[in-house]
Amino acid sequence: MIRAARKPRLGVFKFASCDGCQLSILDCEDELLAIAGAVDIADFREASRAVLEGPYDLSLVEGSVTTPHDAERIKEIRAQSKALVTIGACATSGGIQALRNFADIEEYRRVVYARPEYISTLATSTAIADHVPVDFELRGCPISKAQLLEAIGAFLQGRAPNLPNESVCIECKRRGNVCVMVAHGTPCLGPVTQAGCGAICPAFNRGCYGCFGPQGTPNTVSLSDQLKVLGVTPPGVMRLFRTFNSNAPAFKAASEAAAAEARSA
Amino acid sequence: MTERTIAVDYLARVEGEGALKVRIQDNRVEDVQLKIFEPPRFFEAFLRGRSYLEAPDITARICGICPVAYQMSSSHAMERALGMKVDGPIRDLRRLLYCGEWIESHPLHIYLLHAPDFLGYEDAIQMAKDYPDAVKTGLALKKVGNALMTLLGGREIHPINVRVGGFYRTPTVGELKEFRPQLETALKLAADTVRFAAGLEFPDIEEDYEFVSLRHPKEYPFNEGDLVSNKGLKVPQDRWEDVFEEVHMPYANALQSVRKGTGTSYHVGPLARYALNRDHLTGGADDLARSVGLENVVRNPYKSIIVRAVETVYAVEEALRIIDRYHRPEKSWVEPPPVTTTVTGGAVTEAPRGILYHRYRIGPGGLIEDARIVAPTSQNQKRIEDDLRHLVERSLSLDEASLTDACERAVRNYDPCISCATHFLKLDLERN
Repeated sequence: MIRAARKPRLGVFKFASCDGCQLSILDCEDELLAIAGAVDIADFREASRAVLEGPYDLSLVEGSVTTPHDAERIKEIRAQSKALVTIGACATSGGIQALRNFADIEEYRRVVYARPEYISTLATSTAIADHVPVDFELRGCPISKAQLLEAIGAFLQGRAPNLPNESVCIECKRRGNVCVMVAHGTPCLGPVTQAGCGAICPAFNRGCYGCFGPQGTPNTVSLSDQLKVLGVTPPGVMRLFRTFNSNAPAFKAASEAAAAEARSA
Repeated sequence: MTERTIAVDYLARVEGEGALKVRIQDNRVEDVQLKIFEPPRFFEAFLRGRSYLEAPDITARICGICPVAYQMSSSHAMERALGMKVDGPIRDLRRLLYCGEWIESHPLHIYLLHAPDFLGYEDAIQMAKDYPDAVKTGLALKKVGNALMTLLGGREIHPINVRVGGFYRTPTVGELKEFRPQLETALKLAADTVRFAAGLEFPDIEEDYEFVSLRHPKEYPFNEGDLVSNKGLKVPQDRWEDVFEEVHMPYANALQSVRKGTGTSYHVGPLARYALNRDHLTGGADDLARSVGLENVVRNPYKSIIVRAVETVYAVEEALRIIDRYHRPEKSWVEPPPVTTTVTGGAVTEAPRGILYHRYRIGPGGLIEDARIVAPTSQNQKRIEDDLRHLVERSLSLDEASLTDACERAVRNYDPCISCATHFLKLDLERN
């Protein structure tokens, strides 16, 4: 007798984040019911009370590790997951909350909370891959729905996701945008930022702010020089690299170089 | 002597991470704690030293569910600090963007998070097997909200087109006109949603809330108006700190807001906005509210699902009105003046789940020196605890599992966004 194969189990897990990347799943309005038909959604607390035990065929992990408890929890999730895909800038680089990595966490605790002793936190916000092996990273703040669907489909079919690590410049050219940096002198991180958003910022007459993190071969030194030619001050260059992917190595190095220059000026 | 504890370790179908603990001693509720274990992210700390122009993009990341609210409150706070006035089509486009967020967020909560409670399902996917048309209506409606945010903001989550003073790029008249048919479809779906929500069964419960919302002389509030309540409060919106204060409970990574002086809870969100602005609902929203017999002041928290549906109708109709009168402004934004002295500005706008307060101090040169952000869920947190206390007192005869379910439902009435408030839930019920 042939039995129907068990449907793959999908887990969705949250760490420090804004919930936006897992909302992207619920935002796939045309595909959501089809996804729910193809997989057993085993653990997705934002959407369901029903929780199925692991192991999971595919786990999507949102958010960064910022507490001692979460540093342990991610290891348990990894152990329960056949494939683990991190989704979004928090999970892939530490997110906006990684700005603490450049500051004194004790001082931060006192600034925000009336009773800092009630708050348990780590001094750093770090990517999931800094704690456990990750099978694939989906970039972006937030992720692209199209990239998410490609990644889920690929893992369910047992192939690698077909997602390029070229720069936003390439998407800009394909979209037919006018280059905001060349034509308008607008500071833009497009040349060093990974594609995936569809070059929306330049299409809206603003410079890319790097929310997909560094592309495969980013020349941040050259771009930093050009930003200064456009009149951005060293502290301004530092802030441009220190937003949603400030802890990604290439952006971290570029912001630290700009910070050093600001100090010596 | 008997002690009971009800514990929900991880509240599902809320945005973010939270838990609930209730302690009962001799059939008396001793303690209710809405716990927030969403990890702290320290926005108010790292905003210091950033340019005031960066606040809309940075604070959007507090919440992926209502980024527009963060972009609006921060932009308005900065503009108030700098004495700027944004009017005409740019003001209208901000309302239109907010309409998009309400048209996305309200149906998300109505169909995907809240309705399964009324119909007895774990989630909307299970509900879809028996109520496919309802779930599809919800998805189609929120899709229109998302499409509107994408049209105006570049994308639905963390839109990229908002700046202090206005937008980077304003849409053409043609681009907005082309969107009209989608809104016309959404209007029918939203009307169906009011009838769907009104047809649900509601527990017979009313609470004596102090409702707090914005109130504008001429329109249902998004960005402008005074802070008002049904118990006599009326102050300009930038005076939030004069009338409310935050307290830090040991069990939560979030601060709770209370009325200053009395320390009492208050209620923000759709029920509050509706009670205080019912006269500004016109057209289809007014007709539908009447036709389903919705009172002008709704004190039953479960009926928030109907009010969200009525507000969705309003948002769709308002979007159509804005599109029909739109003409493209010559400039996409009002240029901010240089910052030469230390200035301070505060603003409140209406996120789908209630009022969101931002206040900033900006130094000469334009860097933020001090930031304060009070999310809607942290303003509702104490009120949710009050609702839970009353619920448990009424329901002591229920068994553990039923009481736990009832508590979770009571929390979800508020569409709590825990990611926001930690910057917020687990039920742990202890019976002695």
